[in-house]
Amino acid sequence: MTIIAVASIVTAGITTGFGTMGPALAEGRAVGTALTSLAQQPDASATITRTLFVGLAMIESTAIYCFVVSMILIFANPFWNHVITAVVEK
Amino acid sequence: MRLTPDQLIFWQYGPVNLNATIVFTWAIMFVLIVGSKLITRRLTTDHQRSRWQNLLEILVTGIEKQIGEVGLRNPRTYLPFLGTLFLFVATASLFTVIPGYEPPTGSLSTTAALALCVLVAVPLFGILDQGLVGYLKSYIEPTVIMLPFNIISEVSRTLALAVRLFGNMMSGAMIIGILLTITPLLFPIVMTLLGLLTGMVQAYIFFILAAVYIAAATQTKEPKTEPI
Repeated sequence: MTIIAVASIVTAGITTGFGTMGPALAEGRAVGTALTSLAQQPDASATITRTLFVGLAMIESTAIYCFVVSMILIFANPFWNHVITAVVEK
Repeated sequence: MRLTPDQLIFWQYGPVNLNATIVFTWAIMFVLIVGSKLITRRLTTDHQRSRWQNLLEILVTGIEKQIGEVGLRNPRTYLPFLGTLFLFVATASLFTVIPGYEPPTGSLSTTAALALCVLVAVPLFGILDQGLVGYLKSYIEPTVIMLPFNIISEVSRTLALAVRLFGNMMSGAMIIGILLTITPLLFPIVMTLLGLLTGMVQAYIFFILAAVYIAAATQTKEPKTEPI
């Protein structure tokens, strides 16, 4: 029973930890490239800015997937709920 | 801890329940419908017009311009659907300034419903624009081997739309809830501001992605090349 709790907590922490590293690096590169292209062509700034935001949201969504999995593991964990109902019924 | 407004139930009768998600969705629908009905009762083209009419004009022309920039011809045909998507998600996020309100888009049911609307609308607009055969032929472009991948990409795009919006809204609400137990005054206000910003950005993203998917479905003809 405790192994379920330990595994859930550790996995939730590692999921959020690794899940935020990749998107952060990718978003940094995206913003850097967008700034370079803005400096080269300032009159296309509306298109560049809009495309940048759309791209950032797409990259962000992978971080959001990791966050959702962590939240499920901590707050809506089906294995933990199963264990708890088994203990309560005893 | 309450993840979504689904778990706050006001009334239950057997398997059917009235939870906070439904009530807040009704509230948003009421505000949007009654508000726009009241504002558009007396439309004028004079220079002296009410500021509410100005607001609606800014919104409608702005959305239409964005739809045009994505590459859709005749933005007016797509304006009701895409505009409603944007307005619903934006007001759902905007009303977080009202205390006691939780955005219904913080529930996976609402975001899944919106994503399913997009899933249905994309083939619908594609068939209206290109005919049934023409639209179905787009699934076997560029080769027939791509058919399962195209179908999978349709489904996964819908799933990504739903989870992206749900994750952003839920995380905003949850962070504010957690911070309220730690530092009650300063940080929750700052995080509410951040939640407003991400809510508006996510509304725009949902709308632009739906527009891009519809554009991809309606425009597989070769674009006319300008003579040099």
